[in-house]
Amino acid sequence: MDLTYTEDEEDFRHRLRAWLADVLPKLPDRPHPADWPGRRAYDCGWQRMLHDAGYAGLHWPTDAGGRGATPTQHLIFLEETERAGAPYVGAGFVGLLHAGPTIAAEGTFEQRARWLPPILRGDEVWCQGFSEPDAGSDLASLRTRAVRDGDAYVISGSKIWTSHAEIADWCELLVRTAPVNADTPKHRGITWLAMPMDAPGVTVRPLRTLAGTAEFAEVFLDEVRVPVSHRVGEENDGWRVTMVTLSFERGTAFVGEVVACRRVLEALARTARANGRWDDAVLRRRLGRLAAECAALWRLTQWNVSEAQRTGGVPGVGGSVFKLRFSQVRQELYDAAAEVLGPDALDAGQEWVADRLSSLSYTIAAGTSQIQRNIVAERILGLPKGR
Amino acid sequence: MDFQLTDDQRALRTGMRELLERRFPRARLRAVVDGDAARGDGMAARGDGAAEGSDGAAARGGELDRALWRELGAAGLFALRVPESAGGVGLGLPEAVLAFEESGRALLPGPLVATELTAGLWAAGAFGAGPAGSLAAGAAQGETVVTALEDSGAPVEHLASAEAVLVLGPTAVAVIPAEEAARSAEPMRSVDPATPLHRPTPSRTRLDQAEQAGQAGQPDRTDQVDRTDQAGPGRSGLAARLRREAALLTAAQQLGSASRTVELAVDHAKHRTQFGRPIGAFQAVQHLCAQMLVRAESARSVVYAAAVTEDPGDIAAAKLLADEAAVHNARDCLQVHGGMGFTWEADVHLHLKRAWVRAGQWQSVAAAEEELAAGLVSTVETCL
Repeated sequence: MDLTYTEDEEDFRHRLRAWLADVLPKLPDRPHPADWPGRRAYDCGWQRMLHDAGYAGLHWPTDAGGRGATPTQHLIFLEETERAGAPYVGAGFVGLLHAGPTIAAEGTFEQRARWLPPILRGDEVWCQGFSEPDAGSDLASLRTRAVRDGDAYVISGSKIWTSHAEIADWCELLVRTAPVNADTPKHRGITWLAMPMDAPGVTVRPLRTLAGTAEFAEVFLDEVRVPVSHRVGEENDGWRVTMVTLSFERGTAFVGEVVACRRVLEALARTARANGRWDDAVLRRRLGRLAAECAALWRLTQWNVSEAQRTGGVPGVGGSVFKLRFSQVRQELYDAAAEVLGPDALDAGQEWVADRLSSLSYTIAAGTSQIQRNIVAERILGLPKGR
Repeated sequence: MDFQLTDDQRALRTGMRELLERRFPRARLRAVVDGDAARGDGMAARGDGAAEGSDGAAARGGELDRALWRELGAAGLFALRVPESAGGVGLGLPEAVLAFEESGRALLPGPLVATELTAGLWAAGAFGAGPAGSLAAGAAQGETVVTALEDSGAPVEHLASAEAVLVLGPTAVAVIPAEEAARSAEPMRSVDPATPLHRPTPSRTRLDQAEQAGQAGQPDRTDQVDRTDQAGPGRSGLAARLRREAALLTAAQQLGSASRTVELAVDHAKHRTQFGRPIGAFQAVQHLCAQMLVRAESARSVVYAAAVTEDPGDIAAAKLLADEAAVHNARDCLQVHGGMGFTWEADVHLHLKRAWVRAGQWQSVAAAEEELAAGLVSTVETCL
């Protein structure tokens, strides 16, 4: 067990730090959250800076235009950018973390050449059309239909929880190309398509969350034509195509957020000392316990990353374990923040109050805690399939 | 960074597990617990509390198996961190943590932590030619049983089986004969049938003397106490370091128990059938088991990390989360076992009771949380 970083890793860290110190002061002001064009320009501008400095697609394989960095280097990158207060991946999320890696792993030469460079340069934005109103945790029951018509698929249906749909150029879309019947279980018959968001028949409607903001959208598809050449993988093989990369979401996916947890916790302690609540032993100990939880999340991340590094990038079983603990701690952190804030906890204008509301999604998004427990029980503990 | 066990560390863990499976199998644990069940060689007769019914009588027993203790010594458990030049194994805290995790998994009784710490002190030449040195001398080989007296008022385990007591004050470190400690301690009816406990009485004169001597910076005047601590209070002194190591090794034992109860619960859930299917097919049961694994693995990551960094904050986090994992996993394991879990026959209660004992040792929940809270503030001050 070695927690020290190698000379190469430290060198990588120091060069990154120096670069961040140089460029971050030059960034423009952050746009208002409701200013979608402004957000796109800001996020894509940051991605372009990363690209020009050689940090784009750090964890992507080199033959896909990435840097082929080790999981540890990726961990360092996410840790240092968060510590420095650099912009979040934002509008680049789906392209860089899911659609891009999927195309890199499963796409043809032409598809990779067409779609990957614009993602890395920050020229094109992707969104994700997976969930449907009736297909959430049970994603494989999705019903958005695609019918082959010559060299195109004609698609009708609706998608939900689509981030950045307003400003995306492309949507990685899961559609049903074969009906579910005795011969075709629901996981078969799904196909992965790249859909241009400006195609006729695509309607985007913002979805207002309980936090009051419209971070997501619903996407309605009415006989949208997508060329067959936009299909990645074989027809009816989309479930496997998707899962190849979906499982990669859990190695380093929350590094920045764990670093942020510790920062928020320290700020909570500072505020509590200033407003006198630090004298309350119950609150103080609660914050102390959260410090232990943050430490565990960080060590669990390092453990999982080291495991991924040893196994050549294949994520370990630690992802679900991590996500269960992380989402719970994240919510407990903001409950403690409310305690520190006192009456101000009811002021929605407070940053921590807004974050508290956002944190409510953590036990739901990217696999609910209940689904994660099913995964842990069946795939790690080997318990019989549940009901 | 490579935060995974090395091959040698895996081998050490496997070796320790196999040794304990061979020499301290479940039947042996049950013999200690059940008292009047058939006892093997080296197992002394139970204590003198036979008036309380069979269970109570067993609870008053618990003389340590000295043959096993010597075998553990011969296997190097107490000398893992003793340098090879001093006849030890020459490994570090991570290896000790892995070995102690296995001891916790097997519910191995005894003051393993205090004996291991004393062996390290002796090997480091902390004792002169006085009586304390001769008391400590056999710790590494498993010839001596050393228990501990903390300044927190935590009960003293296995005092009747021990030759010596490691006494830790805020700054003082001393080793005294067990008979002497026994004069200011009274037996209690231990909740853990395999861990006899003594309640220290307020007049802990030896500790007080040692502490006064320590604070006055004067040589200790008593003939049996070798004061070995030269540093001041706080995080830097020897006493503080020993307390941290004790907390970490205890956390490792808790981690072993927490992992074991996951296995026990899962195994039961796979085989116990109700409503025509294994109860492990019900999500209500599955989710209990899943949360148990989450607790154990969260604790594991921070216990292992603390073994590498030896950072006081990491150790506090390790003890806190390992205590919680051990206690709560035992509780959930009991729940998964249903009525069977409420019996003396099932091993679940032994994990819970040991977890309670260990949680009260070295760094309590409250102390760990306060230390971690203080760490948040000191970080803030550093930043400002």
